[in-house]
Amino acid sequence: MSADQRAVLAGAIDEFLDRNPVAALTDLAFRECRFDAGLAFVSFRPGCGGLGLDPALQPFVEERFLAAGAPDTRMRNIVGLGLAAPTLHAHGDAEQLKLLRPLYSGEHVWCQLFSEPGAGSDLASLATRAQDVGDDYVVNGQKVWTSYGHVARWGLLLARTDPEQPKHDGLTYFVLDMRTPGVEVRGLRQMTGESGFNEVFLTDVRVPKASVLGSPGLGWRIAMTTLMNERIAPAGRPAAMGEGPIAEAIATYERAVHGGAADAADRDRLMRLWGGVEAARLMSRRASAGPLGSIVKLQLAETVRAVYEYCLDLEGPSALLIDDYTDHHPDVVTPLGGGHPGKAYLRAIANSIEGGTSEVLKNVLAERVLGLPGEPRSDRDVPWSRIRRS
Amino acid sequence: MSQHSDDGADELRKVTRDFLAKKCPETTVRELMDTKGGVDREVWTQAAAQLGIAGLLVPEDLGGSGAGMVQLGVVFEEAGRALWCAPLLSTCALATCAVLCAADRAVHAELLPAIAAGAVVAALAWNGVRPSLGSLQARRRGEQWVVDGTSGYVVDGGTAEQLLVCAGVNDRLDLFVVGSGTGTPVAGLERNGLVTMDSTRRLAQLNFHATPARRIATNVGESLDRALDRAEALLAAEQLGGATRVLEMAVDYAQARIQFGRPIGSFQAIKHKLAEMLMAVELARASVEHALVTAETEPALLPVALSHARAVASETYVRVAGDNVQVHGGIGFTWDHPAHLYLKRAKSSQLMLGSPKWHRSRLADLLGIPGDTAAAGGRR
Repeated sequence: MSADQRAVLAGAIDEFLDRNPVAALTDLAFRECRFDAGLAFVSFRPGCGGLGLDPALQPFVEERFLAAGAPDTRMRNIVGLGLAAPTLHAHGDAEQLKLLRPLYSGEHVWCQLFSEPGAGSDLASLATRAQDVGDDYVVNGQKVWTSYGHVARWGLLLARTDPEQPKHDGLTYFVLDMRTPGVEVRGLRQMTGESGFNEVFLTDVRVPKASVLGSPGLGWRIAMTTLMNERIAPAGRPAAMGEGPIAEAIATYERAVHGGAADAADRDRLMRLWGGVEAARLMSRRASAGPLGSIVKLQLAETVRAVYEYCLDLEGPSALLIDDYTDHHPDVVTPLGGGHPGKAYLRAIANSIEGGTSEVLKNVLAERVLGLPGEPRSDRDVPWSRIRRS
Repeated sequence: MSQHSDDGADELRKVTRDFLAKKCPETTVRELMDTKGGVDREVWTQAAAQLGIAGLLVPEDLGGSGAGMVQLGVVFEEAGRALWCAPLLSTCALATCAVLCAADRAVHAELLPAIAAGAVVAALAWNGVRPSLGSLQARRRGEQWVVDGTSGYVVDGGTAEQLLVCAGVNDRLDLFVVGSGTGTPVAGLERNGLVTMDSTRRLAQLNFHATPARRIATNVGESLDRALDRAEALLAAEQLGGATRVLEMAVDYAQARIQFGRPIGSFQAIKHKLAEMLMAVELARASVEHALVTAETEPALLPVALSHARAVASETYVRVAGDNVQVHGGIGFTWDHPAHLYLKRAKSSQLMLGSPKWHRSRLADLLGIPGDTAAAGGRR
């Protein structure tokens, strides 16, 4: 990125903040103004919340707004901001692009309707059917692991429109109004006791043809845009050294030292974890996208779990306890834990499964970065209807 | 796979790699392993003259280019890839950094031009992981200083014409020069070349018995600490280069080796091991490059960046060098295959200067993380 672009942008942000002081507007109104000024997604086209700038400038923008006192509300609608927005921007028609503004402002929360009970790592084998009935499609099926499903106004839906095509070819991508009759959202209780995700049951849901993103049958290609963004660490202010879960581990260690219950091995183990987190942080500053970006995701999945395990190990007998297992249905997802260390540990277990399992991501690294041969595939060029599925 | 695109650095990487491909192929490495000095001085002088390698930290008016740590890091990376048998670590990292950090301008002018020209190999001798009071002691004998004591594992100490010795004077550390820089034998200096696990890097035990010395700097404890941070950052770059190379070897072999009718790299057991090696190498790269840049831009933050980078680079190199042997299977255990040369370099580099454990402990100290209570009589 050029220093020029950065300087121009800094000027534009300062001018914007002069006209729209953070304290003078509601968060919603402030974000609408940001969108209209092209300071929402700076790499997007003008009119879509952007200025057509280098995407590498986005963290700089976020940092500047945070410094001016704008609250960090990303996690309220991270699927919308992180996944839906780039997908709509890349593939949406004029009507669909209008969804970007309420998405950005926070008026509309978004969810992703991809995974199914029978389609996890092998997403392209999904079985939710969308049948062409003239003006509409009629959708039947079941989606799972839907974060924000219970609060979402819109969903990114991937469904099968042609079961006689090979699995990647018969898919179509829809923008689904979650208020459509036949959409039923149920909390999915996980090992933490909370319902951080949902199951979404789709029964004879009528979806207008105008809701197709791109063209029928091109769903997989468009889904790739979404998934590429899923493997990028959520944008925002770059983490500082020693921030996040590792700070909890350091605090836990210090408490144990005070209690006379820590030794040199605990200190060395702490510093190993610190190094693992710091290496990921430094890596994320160089490669946030592309296959190399998944190294950060893999490393953090492994390290954050180990960090919370460390916290429990040093906690002593109180680690035998949990705050409670009451079923909550939180409106905000916190994938890296926080709060009770036992809860954080349990939540971190999912980090190596969600957003691409560590095993699948290692295949991606091996095949796309190192050029190793792909997995043998028994479902290649076979109509989806004849593939073996569980 | 480096993402660093400083102009100059890419070009330097290319010319260094080409130079080493010609001057230090594996056959040459193996020949030099069997020689007494372990390095080819003629090639060293060529590298200094043609590529300016020996003067990258030396100021321009003293015959160097003053290019800096990032550029010299590139050279170390390439040297690590090729297992280059050269006095790079001793002369360009340890001795040059010691002179630059501890001594004054007059001493720079006296010692550095010959180093930049590749005419002199210099070694640094001290006691401890970081310079501390040990058996090396200096005292006055008439008008002259003399040094007594032993330094155990001095890189290129057997052959260096110029020895820099960090010795105790009462309760502080001063820096001395032993030897004329011409290679004439020095009275009262016994050099015992050691048989090293890593045959590509020579170590010597140096015994000083009232050895005549010249004092070039006083009270150097802190400045040599800074010098060793810089030298270790360069060693970390060398480790990164070696780690990158063994990953490439393992990937190439996994593509070419067929068992059960398939390249072994198509089996997930191998594929995932290679992906994990890639992860480790790229995480180390981010850490090492950050340390080299920090050395240039924010030297006050170098101790944290360096201790992190060295701990990561050391453990990464040992791990991937071992994994490389494993991916190669039986052939990787043979003497004629280069895998063991990298494994030995990796293990030795991990343990020389500050070990990962030492660096993690220092890092904790630097971050203000308290020590354990068990040592102080805690109840666990």
